[in-house]
Amino acid sequence: MSLLDVAGVTRRFGGVVAVNAASLSVPEGAIVGLIGPNGAGKTTLFGIISGFVAPSAGSVTWDGADITALPPHRRAQAGIARTFQIVQPFAGLSVVENIAVGAYLRHPRRADATRIATAIAHRLGLGAMLDRPAAALTVAGRKRLELARALATGPRLLLLDEVLAGLNPSEIRDIIPLIQAIRAEGVTILMIEHVMQAVMNLCDHLYVLAEGRMIAEGNPVTVCTDPMVIEAYLGHGAAARMQSHA
Amino acid sequence: MSKHAFAPVALVLLVLAVVPAFAANTTINFLVSALIVTLAAQGWNLLGGFCGPFSFGHAAFFGTGAYVTAVLQSRYGVNAWVGFAAGIAAGALVGGLIGWLSFRAGLRGSYFALITLAFAEVFRIVANAIPLTGGATGLLLKLDVRPANFQFASRAAFAWIALACVVAVLALSIAIARGRLGAQFAAVRENEDAARALGIDVLATKLRAICLSGAVTAAAGGLYAQYFLYLDANIAYGSWISVEALLAVIVGGIGTPAGPLFGALALHALGEATKLFAGAITGIDLVLFGLILVGAIAFAPAGIAGSLQTLMARWRR
Amino acid sequence: MYTPSIIAEAVVNGLLTGAVYALVALGLTLVYGVLHIINFAHGALLTCAMFAIWALSEGLGLNVYLAIPPLALLFLGLGYALQRWVIGPASHGDDGNTLLVTLGLSIAIENGLLALFHADTRTLSGDAAFDVVELGPMLLSRPRLIGFGVAVLVALLLWLLLAGTDAGKAIRAVAKEKMGASLAGIDVRHIYALTFGLGCACLAVAAGLLMPTFYVNPRVGNAFVLVAFTIVVLGGMGSVPGALLGGLLIGVVESLGGLFLGESLGQAGIFVLFILVLLLRPAGLFGARA
Repeated sequence: MSLLDVAGVTRRFGGVVAVNAASLSVPEGAIVGLIGPNGAGKTTLFGIISGFVAPSAGSVTWDGADITALPPHRRAQAGIARTFQIVQPFAGLSVVENIAVGAYLRHPRRADATRIATAIAHRLGLGAMLDRPAAALTVAGRKRLELARALATGPRLLLLDEVLAGLNPSEIRDIIPLIQAIRAEGVTILMIEHVMQAVMNLCDHLYVLAEGRMIAEGNPVTVCTDPMVIEAYLGHGAAARMQSHA
Repeated sequence: MSKHAFAPVALVLLVLAVVPAFAANTTINFLVSALIVTLAAQGWNLLGGFCGPFSFGHAAFFGTGAYVTAVLQSRYGVNAWVGFAAGIAAGALVGGLIGWLSFRAGLRGSYFALITLAFAEVFRIVANAIPLTGGATGLLLKLDVRPANFQFASRAAFAWIALACVVAVLALSIAIARGRLGAQFAAVRENEDAARALGIDVLATKLRAICLSGAVTAAAGGLYAQYFLYLDANIAYGSWISVEALLAVIVGGIGTPAGPLFGALALHALGEATKLFAGAITGIDLVLFGLILVGAIAFAPAGIAGSLQTLMARWRR
Repeated sequence: MYTPSIIAEAVVNGLLTGAVYALVALGLTLVYGVLHIINFAHGALLTCAMFAIWALSEGLGLNVYLAIPPLALLFLGLGYALQRWVIGPASHGDDGNTLLVTLGLSIAIENGLLALFHADTRTLSGDAAFDVVELGPMLLSRPRLIGFGVAVLVALLLWLLLAGTDAGKAIRAVAKEKMGASLAGIDVRHIYALTFGLGCACLAVAAGLLMPTFYVNPRVGNAFVLVAFTIVVLGGMGSVPGALLGGLLIGVVESLGGLFLGESLGQAGIFVLFILVLLLRPAGLFGARA
């Protein structure tokens, strides 16, 4: 049985159908990728899974229970943590205070929360910036902070929304083993990503969303050679053109 | 509260504890007024400074605390201390009511400020009209000087009680700021969505803040009633206390536990000084307050506490 | 109970007063629509204008209606200067700060008036307040009829200005998309100040229309602030027709409220309505999302 089951989820904004009868399944312990061209509706789908966006139709099932109507903070309490595509640090707080907010979810005592926050900060390479204000971090630093905060809540499922965007190749190279280590500790991961190098390296399974619809799924190599997926990214007829040039 | 701010606060508290022992009545009056405003400001700070929502109508809680204890005593013969406690509970209740209505409707920023203003005004108009609160004539508490009746022959005793309340709330504020609740307040203040994603129930957190805030400011109202023994709608629910509480926090350092104390003392001192120089002209002191508010935002947003912290940090290096 | 003609008269009187309220609210909604700030100093500025009208009329013997145009120009400049050189810079671009800065200004202005004029209530001398016009079975006050007419006229002029002139288009551009407008060469700080000035000019006109039948003391602004806010929220923040309709509605509510609940509680009716609107439909009748 999967940890997370999204069944036939649709979301309309006025006349625009952002997500159209999309379904996906995330088995426990897996790293699943969600890819697709810009504007495909991936972040909206994340919003539906994490509770920030209500679906117009369909359901979200978590560990066998229907959570479609559950508010975001209850989902976080249940073990679903997310990062935001546009990072949202608590700018007025220090780095360790930021992470501690996450840690306080399961550790009411200040000493415990601070200890866990400090440990996670060191793990994610933020050890030198513990008491600096979050606003002083670089983009890469803020992405790590975003990840650290979500991790501090002790999640079972981590939703990563383009956590690699804006990072240079060496920063990406550093984060990949980190994500693998997180999975090794038992955290299931669902990630939206454009950086194909990371996707191929990390994901056991891929889903492809284009114009709101799920157009393909499977293991990364198969999916990336699927003509429909190529057309979604490169346009109509691209697959055939690539074939004829091969 | 950082280590740097601790020494000045301790110093101020020490002075406040010692002065009533040998000061003249006018000085003690000044202190008691300043401490009452401090307490009201501490309440405001818990909501606006720690958790985020700016209230322009904290008079709603102040007046409730004052009227509940006054009415219970004068019309129902309830013991003064019990009345005081009841006033505090009423403040929390009113806070919960206003908070539940406003936060569930998603009101933030200016809209929230406006609705608190409106609530305070409605309370004022109603209190001015109905017989229970004495209508336009107001309410007098019977003079019956016994400690059991929360009235003291020595003004210094009252000053110490007011100081004790301020110190208690100061300790509470520090404890909150250092712990889980403070972290939740700060997260909600900084970014509600991010807070939700980390498992924080934003509505419940805001409600906690406003109930606490209402209770503390209501205590200030209760103290006012016990010291001055007279209330009317403009005193209890008037905009003066809404403004002074807010101003004290902004000037003293918003979001810091000691900010309200510094701010209230500074403003009261300034008010007295202005009265000395331009005493006959009504309103001059408030003109100054208004200009100070503008100036504080323009030039010193961290307030006294914040500037003190920076100063002391630099001095120690 | 009350006869239909009494109720009708209350309604009509409400409409007449409401138009002037609408003028007050227009300034507020314009400032919100363009600068996206709630100007807490609006009431104090109105009180200021009313005292100015009183001083001009009693002190210089000027006819109230003649005093309006120069005062409107003066307040246009005053408002411009206030936004350009006080409010704008002091806020450092933070809306939360602007809230507090305008509050500070309102405290300073209101108490400055208190210091200058003391707490006494003042009215215009002369009998203008009792000048009536017969309209069927109703006796309507002439100054109020004039007030209605001028208020509607000014609202129309404002709307024409916004729709037709270059300045108006610039204002609307900044209201919609500040960044884009500035990239197109519009001086946003100037437009902000101009809009604020226009808002204050509306206040000057409203003051002139109110004084013949009303009174002024330093606290009067407070009462108007909340009424103006109620109208703006009811009509929708940033909507000119909303402010006009909202003003008329509130005028009628106040009039009928006073009729049925009496003076003291009648006022509370407005604020209760305000609270209800904020809770149930903060976008108002015509407004965009808050």
